[in-house]
Amino acid sequence: MLATEDLTIRFGGHAAVDGVSCAFQPGTLTSIVGPNGAGKTTYFNLISGQLAATSGKVRLNGEDITGYAAPRRSRLGLGRAFQLTNLFPNLSALENVRLAVQVKSGKGLDLFSRTLGHRELIDRAMTHLAAVSLAERAQAIAATLPHGDQRKLEVAILLALEPDIFMFDEPTAGMSIDEVPTVLDIIAAIKARGDKTILLVEHKMDVVRSLSDRIVVLHQGKLVADGKPAEVINSDIVREAYLGGAAPRDAHG
Amino acid sequence: MVRAILSDDLPRSRWLAVALVLIVVGLAVAPFLFPGAKSLNVAAKICVFIVLAASFDLLLGYTGIVSFAHTMFFGIGAYGVAIALTRLGAEWTAVAVGIVAGLIVAVALAALIGLFSLRVRTIFFAMITLAVASAFAILASQLPALTGGEDGLNYRLPAALRASFSLADGTLFGVRLNGRLVDYYLVYAASLVLVLVLLRVVNSPFGSVLMAIRENPFRAEAIGYRTVVYRTIASCIAAAVAALAGSLLALWSSQTNPDTTLSFDIMVDILLMVVIGGMGTMYGAVLGAVLLVFAQNYLQDLLGIANQALAGVPLLAGLFHPDRWLLWLGVAFILCVYFFPTGIVGSLRNRRS
Repeated sequence: MLATEDLTIRFGGHAAVDGVSCAFQPGTLTSIVGPNGAGKTTYFNLISGQLAATSGKVRLNGEDITGYAAPRRSRLGLGRAFQLTNLFPNLSALENVRLAVQVKSGKGLDLFSRTLGHRELIDRAMTHLAAVSLAERAQAIAATLPHGDQRKLEVAILLALEPDIFMFDEPTAGMSIDEVPTVLDIIAAIKARGDKTILLVEHKMDVVRSLSDRIVVLHQGKLVADGKPAEVINSDIVREAYLGGAAPRDAHG
Repeated sequence: MVRAILSDDLPRSRWLAVALVLIVVGLAVAPFLFPGAKSLNVAAKICVFIVLAASFDLLLGYTGIVSFAHTMFFGIGAYGVAIALTRLGAEWTAVAVGIVAGLIVAVALAALIGLFSLRVRTIFFAMITLAVASAFAILASQLPALTGGEDGLNYRLPAALRASFSLADGTLFGVRLNGRLVDYYLVYAASLVLVLVLLRVVNSPFGSVLMAIRENPFRAEAIGYRTVVYRTIASCIAAAVAALAGSLLALWSSQTNPDTTLSFDIMVDILLMVVIGGMGTMYGAVLGAVLLVFAQNYLQDLLGIANQALAGVPLLAGLFHPDRWLLWLGVAFILCVYFFPTGIVGSLRNRRS
């Protein structure tokens, strides 16, 4: 189980995440919503270790991981896909994914065997590429892929890490409408396995509504609402947080 | 078979393959094809600098580390052998002691610099290595009792490597089979093995992580690789190979001094070799080293010929004066970087696709 306790980070006097306590259960998909600047991505960065908390704790299965650096958290099962595409630009799509598979194999410090000799890593990477329907583009250099494919590759890297906790930061941002279902199907499939914890930051309210078991609302760094999708989306506090009373932004609206 | 030796890293360009075969075969038959002390010396220098440039490519081209301390490790390896041969006499045990001592010092120093400073940004790391390398060069020249100061050390090589040693009676293709020939093939074989080892390292799972770090250190960390560990190990391997290259130079030339091993000029040379040849390709370092050592040794002669041919023409004769060879090397470098931004190897490979 992943939990944050009174998690806070300050940049100067500004608290970007302010005393957020929240626990995330395996088998549930929790959406974290809130207006731009609410601290959603910063909250993610605190959990996956890209930023160090000013105060508060992050716990994973009871273990205090607040002091751990990002690589260690990743190896402990915290997998993160990034909002801004964050690939290895001049390596092939396959190599991007293979590198993620390699982390778990522990072969990273193997200096004298041939990379291409480890067929099992390559085969597994191909499976993950196929899962995001990128198998045909395996040899393409990541930077040359269209934006939508880069987003899918980002998801494939997360799958390849085989984490216990999946953190998706706006996985469909900038994707064309017909590409969105591929990613949503993947998230639904992970959810269907029932043992994974999924955290999703997403602006498209129809996506949030259809996938979430629970919605957490951040506003100005604070946790302001937490509950079942139907309750939270229609609550006053969410209407207020979003655009000062207007309805939440919808993908179709 | 070839795939295994080259660790799956094929040239991927016909012209590159031809060039590499020419270099490997050419250096193998150089003593017989181009007899004479100077050409043998150039061939040995090419071997040593191929190793040195290739080890620098591991840092610069594969890991994205900008270090100016690479000649320091080269010097440590050279001085290790030189000091051991001076102190312990011209024996093979002295050579072994010198090589091992040089390796230990080089790797320890690289690990220390790495762990303390590889966390900082590229430019600051470059500055730190520059400072350490300068301090080391000064230290070497200020300890004349140990290093011979500015003059360096002159020492005798083990008997089997001296010109007076005769391998077999008589000659082969008109070349005397003496100790210098033994020495040359020792340098050649060691260089070949070291380059192939480096090629294996960059094509290993470890090497793939180095390239990931070069491409995006932030993401490499995020998926679970501790970049500082990988960078430090890469620095240590590069330092060890550079030290071995230095040991080979010391074993070849029977003299070691700051100018030939520690100077900043050499640092600039290997930087040029890697950039001209093509960063992050290993083969680029090989081509770059061959071209640059060749140019340094024969450009002057070439200009001498041009100068004589243009003897009557007022301005041009001066322009092609042998003393202007550095100017022409500079021009060649600028043209190279301008027209082949991905280096010779990068350009050759792109032609095909």
